[in-house]
Amino acid sequence: MDPKPGAPGAEADRGTRLVVNGDPLDWFEGMTVRDVLRAKNYVFKLIIVTVNGALVPRGSYDEAPVPAGADVKVVHLISGG
Amino acid sequence: MSTTTPDYTVRTSYTDDLETMKAAHRVLLEVPFTPSEPERGYNMRSLYVDLTTLTVKEKQVTPQMKDLFVGGRGFGLWYLWNATTPTTRWNDPENEIVIAPGPIAGITQYPGTGKSLVVSISPLTDIPIDCNVGGYYGPLLKFCGFDAIEIQGKADREVVIVVDGPRGVIRIEEAPLEPPDSHVLSEIFTHMYATGPEDYRNVSVVSAGKGSDHSYIGCLNFSWWDPKRKAARLKQAGRGGVGTVFRDKRLKALVVRGPVIKADLNHVADRARIQKVGSVINKEIHDLDAQQCNMRRQGTAHLVEVMDAYDLLPVKNFQYGNHPDTKNIASWVWDKRFTQGIPDGCWYGCTMSCSKGADGHVVKTGPYKGDVVTVDGPEYENAAGLAANCGIFDPDWLLESNFYCDTYGVDTISYGTLCAFVMECWQRGILNAERTGGLDLTWGNAEAQMEMLHQMARGEGFGVIAGKGIRQMKRIFAENGWGDPKLMNDIGMEVKGLEYSQYQSKESLAQQGGYALTNKGPQHDEAWLIFMDMVNKHLPTFEDKAEALHYFPLFRTWFGLNGLCKLPWNDIEPANNAEQPEPAKVPEHVHNYCEIASGVTGIEVTKEKIIEQSEKVYNFQRVFNLRRGYGKREHDWPPYRSVGPVTVEEYESRAERYDKQMREEIGVDPEGRTTEEKIAITRKYREDRYAKLCDAVYKRRGWTTDGVPTVETLKKLGIDLPELVELVKQHGG
Ligand code: SF4
Repeated sequence: MDPKPGAPGAEADRGTRLVVNGDPLDWFEGMTVRDVLRAKNYVFKLIIVTVNGALVPRGSYDEAPVPAGADVKVVHLISGG
Repeated sequence: MSTTTPDYTVRTSYTDDLETMKAAHRVLLEVPFTPSEPERGYNMRSLYVDLTTLTVKEKQVTPQMKDLFVGGRGFGLWYLWNATTPTTRWNDPENEIVIAPGPIAGITQYPGTGKSLVVSISPLTDIPIDCNVGGYYGPLLKFCGFDAIEIQGKADREVVIVVDGPRGVIRIEEAPLEPPDSHVLSEIFTHMYATGPEDYRNVSVVSAGKGSDHSYIGCLNFSWWDPKRKAARLKQAGRGGVGTVFRDKRLKALVVRGPVIKADLNHVADRARIQKVGSVINKEIHDLDAQQCNMRRQGTAHLVEVMDAYDLLPVKNFQYGNHPDTKNIASWVWDKRFTQGIPDGCWYGCTMSCSKGADGHVVKTGPYKGDVVTVDGPEYENAAGLAANCGIFDPDWLLESNFYCDTYGVDTISYGTLCAFVMECWQRGILNAERTGGLDLTWGNAEAQMEMLHQMARGEGFGVIAGKGIRQMKRIFAENGWGDPKLMNDIGMEVKGLEYSQYQSKESLAQQGGYALTNKGPQHDEAWLIFMDMVNKHLPTFEDKAEALHYFPLFRTWFGLNGLCKLPWNDIEPANNAEQPEPAKVPEHVHNYCEIASGVTGIEVTKEKIIEQSEKVYNFQRVFNLRRGYGKREHDWPPYRSVGPVTVEEYESRAERYDKQMREEIGVDPEGRTTEEKIAITRKYREDRYAKLCDAVYKRRGWTTDGVPTVETLKKLGIDLPELVELVKQHGG
């Protein structure tokens, strides 16, 4: 779900931040998908990552760049039980 | 690969007195039968046993049964409905234990296809319970010629029911000498009833244990022979006290001896169709499991540190969601403790092979102290419940409690959750040494956890009270004036009388419903929606959550109708799953299930038909609950601990999250308010949201606002049998 207009993480901050699953995250130069996963403590392996709507292949999280202001979705599938 | 695991063939043997035990058996009844093999997944007959009158008869499986109930859990519920009245209690002779594998069960070309479903009236909940269990019993029974076994009545002595397919005979034998504990009994009976070592794999034993004798949380162990380890391994039908019912019937064991398993004993309609999708998923598992869930090395224990990282691991009776010591019970520990490189499938052909075993455990306590045993597990639920939830972060003690729960026939999930409850009662002064008979139930006291379990098995002391389950304990403690009933209701993690399984649902409204809106009680095998809801934020509205709480419980019910394991559905995913629409449903695997169901039965099964088949049974089960005086809105209300923070410590441990919700969603400024005030505000908001969720879910399911299926819903589903219609009408449906 996208953040509501005016909510933290919405357009205003996008120069120095990005949005991950609707929540804001500080951005830094050279940031990769792996950095985002680490920052969010997303350790689960059955995930699907898109950056600005484009699917990031599972093998390339270490290199895939995340630009400032990006809309990152990390979809966790279901497991266990 | 680790080289630290001990010799996996070394363990204590229990067969020394086998001849003496065998000589003490007395045949009480022997009935010949004509063995048969199923045609397109069905034998079209089941076996009925009455232990009171010592009678055995065959029953026809009718086309209507197939049509309405499919098999497995559906057959179990239908037989139970017909066998009992609205007032039958769990320990009345007419209560039954029904075991039914389902039409797909027993194929070997697709992983996860050997499950049995166990159905009975539960001593914990007073409504039907259903358990999905591996091991060989169900498929072997089917290959002897029966789609289900229905056991009614009570024996007047300890008995074993033996179905010997190759010999075409059913026997009820008095079995006075064997100890009831499962790791012993499974080994003894496998040796006793097999014709020799080559035949061990064709024998399966169902048993409970001493813990089932004295508690309401008894489970059943289904065995399968592990030829590498040369051991009878165990899988559990865990929930709701089915082992308690079993032992109350004075059943020591069920034994089946089946034919040698071959590729097409189900005589399926289109084997090539099954093989085609089977070879694809087997390749997926081979190629991708190590990068995905690593089930083949770690089983579901891979989830321990994952749940901790997402604040979802139950710690200290679900107060908290993570702990620094989780590392001591995390998957890397089990990766070393489990013997690797051995096929650990609980049915033939399961390449996922996740039924891991820890060999060489030297028992520390109790009657088997000093024995060397193989522990089946721990799986995630055991690690989370017996360890983290009780503040015990020690792998050796976890193996000890896992071993004893299994062999005593005690459900690890209920035991873990109730143990966490009594430990919190100790922390809050509701219990003390005088009240527990000297048991010091301080968080983390593993020895006390074990002693309480041994007491339960011996039928002594506080262990007997604990074994009645959380609902009864709350009543007993309140009657004794030991604590505030409201607090105990808030922290006692049970709904409908069944203890919660081991996931934190506090921060996911959808999962609060996923637990409390279940038919049988809070078990994650209906719906696990936490990631979808809390992390992905894919279910923003009540309607979205209701849709998920419609689809997933129905989809997962279908596994239980057919004798399938859920794990190969979504603990492995195709390489291109991310590119599919609705990847959380794993569309390619749903397609595979349509293919294997159609391939087995010759009836075309589509993804819509999967839901339709399940919806009939799911609604039937809801009406069954209604018939027994339950199954309404008031019975779907969760303990507040599963919805939000009960105590000051709990609120403050996640203050940032709760304050943010208060500010942004509730519209109240938390600044300057006491924690108690904030707890009250949060509680009102969250309970109100839960009530709205119920409204949305009931509407989506075609139920009244009181949670009763309407006559229109029954008609739409084709289950408008007169007695069902009459019943729902009486309740406004
Ligand atoms: S996936 Fe695991 S639990 Fe399921 S059938 Fe296979 S081995 Fe058994």
